Amino acid sequence: MGLLEVKNLSLHINGKHILRDVTLDVWRGHIHALVGTNGAGKSTLASAIMGLEGYREVTGKIYFKGERIDDLSIDQRAQKGITFGWQEPARYEGISVNDFVGAGISNDENDKEAIIADALQQVGMKPDDYLTRAVDETLSGGERKKIELASIIAMNPPFIMLDEPDSGIDVATLERMADAIKLLKERGTTVLLITHSLAVMRQADHAFLMCDGQIIEKNTADKIIPYFEQNCIPCNHKNKPDIERAREAIE
Amino acid sequence: MSADQRLASEITGSAGIESDMFKRKDIAHLLIHHDNVVGMHAVDGLEIKTKKIKDGVKIDLRLKEGTTVKNPVQMCFGMMPKKGLQHIVLNAVIEKDAHINILAHCTFPNAIDVKHVMDAELTLEENASYKYYERHVHSDKGGVQVIPKAKIHVGKHARYITDFELLKGRVGLIDIDYETTCEEKSTLEMNARINATHEDKVKIREIGHLNGAHSRGVLLSRVAVRDQAEAEVYSELTASAPYARGHVDCKEIVQDDGIVSAIPIVKVNHPKAHITHEASLGSVDSKQLQTLMARGLSEDDATDLIIQGLLK
Ligand SMILES: Nc1ncnc2c1ncn2[C@@H]1O[C@H](COP(=O)(O)OP(=O)(O)OP(=O)(O)O)[C@@H](O)[C@H]1O
Ligand SMILES: [Mg+2]
Repeated sequence: MGLLEVKNLSLHINGKHILRDVTLDVWRGHIHALVGTNGAGKSTLASAIMGLEGYREVTGKIYFKGERIDDLSIDQRAQKGITFGWQEPARYEGISVNDFVGAGISNDENDKEAIIADALQQVGMKPDDYLTRAVDETLSGGERKKIELASIIAMNPPFIMLDEPDSGIDVATLERMADAIKLLKERGTTVLLITHSLAVMRQADHAFLMCDGQIIEKNTADKIIPYFEQNCIPCNHKNKPDIERAREAIE
Repeated sequence: MSADQRLASEITGSAGIESDMFKRKDIAHLLIHHDNVVGMHAVDGLEIKTKKIKDGVKIDLRLKEGTTVKNPVQMCFGMMPKKGLQHIVLNAVIEKDAHINILAHCTFPNAIDVKHVMDAELTLEENASYKYYERHVHSDKGGVQVIPKAKIHVGKHARYITDFELLKGRVGLIDIDYETTCEEKSTLEMNARINATHEDKVKIREIGHLNGAHSRGVLLSRVAVRDQAEAEVYSELTASAPYARGHVDCKEIVQDDGIVSAIPIVKVNHPKAHITHEASLGSVDSKQLQTLMARGLSEDDATDLIIQGLLK
């Protein structure tokens, strides 16, 4: 049984069919990549799993640890152990890095400070330079992205979805982010990386290939990546997906 | 302890100020209870004259040319009784090249029907700076009316910053009315952060005239309203000289049955002047809220954290 199971999930937004009968299993302790070109439906699928506003009216079922979660609110899903890192994280006013990164740490935890400092270090940020700064527009896009990941590392839930964790991140920091993700795996965390970057895909064990709101193929990452590179990138939604052909090619 | 000393320690205590502050020779202070000056100390270059008026005190404050007052001047205006009026008339002149920070604590911890009226006139001469942080401590009963009015003249190269914050207790009624005129290369910053609940009413009227070339002005307001509270923010900023730049920034968050309105008026009378204006009214930002909820915070806790940040 997968940690997360999505069964026949469909979603219409304003009459448009955006997720089409998505079924997938996410395996405990593994890193997964949700792969597809722009507009494939990757962020939408993650938003539906998290239960975000505008993405809740789905048909089909979502199970987490064997329990239905598709009727739950965002915070209830988070309390079950799911979280999500935005492609473009929100900016706040007056909320410090310390308070933001610490937001998801349980109140029973008595060493909050150490957890926050450790999470910042894992994404390559010196706690002393950032703790008292506000999570606002004075932070660069890349810094904001790293703080988002730090807040997730500090929360430490069993399942994490990261939407384009590499976007806006410079080359040197990419390695750090990759290390942080490796460390998550070592901790036993299950990760879903949403991406169209080959470098990020290579960190994954398994991959789901998405096109036009459908899952075209599920396989090991090393089988999906070359197919994506040779077929999806040049095609870029020009042709309708041909599931049979893709499956044959990948196998 | 004399009666005055007792009142002084009562008002400063309720405002949460450390009493040691008033023993120090290098920190100026002025403590007023109702119409009574219960403590006063000035530092070099700072002249404070007070005069009793009906239900209040008239203050003449003058900072001599070239003086920099190192430590923030501690002012405390308070009323311990449940009812009454306190009227403060403040005339301040900050002479050329003089610099001062004032921390004004206004405390009405037992108020059931207390009115605090402030009429201020401020002149900042060339290259002077004046920072005025006003912190309020009110009762939880909502029986306070705070009515501050100020006319401010900011001279060439001078810098005026004011910050109004309600730290504790209920608003009751707050009716702020500030009007500022700015000369060449001067700076104006007006900030108000208020949290209104129950039947509180907040009215903010802030006006800035950027009359001098290269003058700058920011009018910023942050108001959170819940229950049946109401808030109205009127901001008017005019730029009438080359390279005058201004920004009006108003955020009002509403919950429950609260009502908010914002009336921004921005005027530009010179082709080389520039003013921007930003207002957002209503619920908290949904992406901010959903991010915090995705970390496991309930909707209420996430909303509180966002509002606390906004009012910080
Ligand atoms: N709220 C919405 N309203 C209308 N259309 C939407 C909405 N959200 C997503 N879509 C549409 O659904 C499709 C999938 O979008 P989604 O953001 O999931 O793509 P993606 O795979 O994450 O792409 P990218 O790589 O560009 O981030 C797009 O055509 C998009 O325009
Ligand atoms: Mg996306």
